[in-house]
Amino acid sequence: MKISFDWDKKSIEKEEPGFEHKAEKNGRRISYIAALHETFDQLLSVDKRIFIMGQGVDDPFGMFGATLNLHKKYGSERVFDTPLSEEGLTGIAMGASLVGMRPIYMHNRPDFLLVAMNQIVNHASKWRYMFGGNINVPLVIWACIGRGWGSGAQHSQSLQGLFMHIPGLKLVMPSTPYDAKGLLVSSVLDEGPVMILEHRWALKHTGCVPEQLYSIPFGKGVIRKSGTDVTIVGVSYMIIEALRAAEELKKDKIDAEIIDLRTLKPLDEQIILESVKKTGRLIIVDTDWKTAGVTSEIAAIVAEKGFEYLKKPIKRVASQDTPTPASNVLEEKFYAGMNEIVAAAKELF
Amino acid sequence: MKELKYIKFDLSAKDVSKSVLVDLYKTMLMIRMFQHKIEEEYPKDEIKTPVHLCVGQEAIPAGVCIHLKKDDYVFSNYRGHGHYLAKGGDMKALVCELYGRETGCCRGRGGSMHLIDVSAGLLGSSSIVAGGVPIATGTALGSLMQKNNHVSVVFFGDGAVDEGVLYESINFAVLKKLPVVYICENNFYAVCSAQKNRQPLDNIYKRFSGCGIPGYRADGNNVIEVYKTAKKAVNNARAKKGPSIIEFRTYRWRGHSGGESDVSLGYRTQKEMDCWQKRCPVDNFASFLLAKKIITDKEIESFKKIFNEEINNAFEFAKNSPLPQKKDILKYVYF
Repeated sequence: MKISFDWDKKSIEKEEPGFEHKAEKNGRRISYIAALHETFDQLLSVDKRIFIMGQGVDDPFGMFGATLNLHKKYGSERVFDTPLSEEGLTGIAMGASLVGMRPIYMHNRPDFLLVAMNQIVNHASKWRYMFGGNINVPLVIWACIGRGWGSGAQHSQSLQGLFMHIPGLKLVMPSTPYDAKGLLVSSVLDEGPVMILEHRWALKHTGCVPEQLYSIPFGKGVIRKSGTDVTIVGVSYMIIEALRAAEELKKDKIDAEIIDLRTLKPLDEQIILESVKKTGRLIIVDTDWKTAGVTSEIAAIVAEKGFEYLKKPIKRVASQDTPTPASNVLEEKFYAGMNEIVAAAKELF
Repeated sequence: MKELKYIKFDLSAKDVSKSVLVDLYKTMLMIRMFQHKIEEEYPKDEIKTPVHLCVGQEAIPAGVCIHLKKDDYVFSNYRGHGHYLAKGGDMKALVCELYGRETGCCRGRGGSMHLIDVSAGLLGSSSIVAGGVPIATGTALGSLMQKNNHVSVVFFGDGAVDEGVLYESINFAVLKKLPVVYICENNFYAVCSAQKNRQPLDNIYKRFSGCGIPGYRADGNNVIEVYKTAKKAVNNARAKKGPSIIEFRTYRWRGHSGGESDVSLGYRTQKEMDCWQKRCPVDNFASFLLAKKIITDKEIESFKKIFNEEINNAFEFAKNSPLPQKKDILKYVYF
């Protein structure tokens, strides 16, 4: 059977200057989860190559609601529960992708991806290169970073630093419902393995989301708020914290520019360097650990390519280098957010 | 040729035609000769990649792949030259890969342990033990979803049985009734670690019966046994009756890698090696075919001449092929 797909409705986004899409200011406002659910629904509908698998995708929780009841609409062949065999199932999803399918393998938490590292790092990410470009791996791996309520060390890890290290693996980290939709579409259309890391706390938000399918190009960051005094760069939930911090900094007459990179791999170096050239100050924010992580990488890039723009040393605001503690008091201390960003910014003036 | 009777070939089944017998022999002979050529060339240090030879194990790729169509999928491991050739992979592209050439099957990015020929259904080989097992299970899932009748086959060694992912894959394959055949080439050693030091029971073929997968064991040096056992498993998969696992017992004549015997290392004995070399899958079968007058000495000589020429041509072509360009180092990484 030849599997058909119809991508007529797809449109490519040109630019997005604000926190929400400019043209959609008065558009339809829906929750992050609703945006994801709608996108999965539309993807399954237009492209028969796409299927969704993962532990619990067809259960009463429906992956935080993102896949709720889709198995009823598209059948258990295209939306199905899996054994808890993360390594095996990653290889299986990858195998299906080699022969023309477009699997989306979903995980409740990225912590479980560590069980599948062999297939993610040794196989999916290397397969195209290792075989001289003779084969593609259009596989999407989706996981949602947890936070709070004592989730502890094994249910709230931000592992983007680890995955960003791997050549051949694209890494997508949306912060808004609009981006969640457009980047999910791009991920499914991509010919290589793409990992989408969502953040549980970003999922609480709502935003303006067009109804039709659209894709957002990888490697193109966006200025969420323009400013002149300090650049704050990051992805995912930390953009929300950064926007809050920017509001707070206004009281001190500090005008922050906020850059949302959207994808960590490929990484939009240009947008960071241009902003730092303008502001001369840089704060890099991330939910992951500080050591050898996303913040280190971005700091290194700016040190290599934009050192002369810097008026002050680079600041990094990230999680402390410890497994996530469970007790509320320690948990609060563990995470960096608005307050830490504000404090870091003030030290630059 | 001196008559050898160390392997008993049973031809009572009428389904093995003369042409099949000759094809089986030719495939084994080609794989054997190809490897001997590598052994000859390897000390020159022009092949700059670790080679893992399957000398002594040729009956398995020959007896399995004869049942496969071009669009069936095969996944292999680091000891994959035999699987690649038996499935119809391009010989020149393989040799070029050994020599790190741009004309290689992986354009020089893979090396000896990573072979691919998409047009022949060879979708890659992993040098991580059991790495290809779930991927082959996944291509079988793809076949199920696309409602075609392609069969997926994955070759692995006894070492892969130690890996948890084999269990994970078999469990899922049975659950979804996937058209996949798991082929264990049990040569009793993972590098220098003996199977008996790693596995409490010598029962690979039935170890997964708890998942509900049929398991078979056969003499991996007896190409007729391989042929018959694989036929059952491949037919079952093609008829959508689900997966099977086969344990073929065989022996590696060379070291884990490189072109020479490694008996001097002391982890196995010369006596054991001699015993298995007497049971040579290629020569015993040739002797049998001659005795049965299925082929003649003259025909064997002509096969050898043809393969010799093909192999020499491939090596000559490879040595004269261009190397990859340094500027292309990032080509084929995504983004």
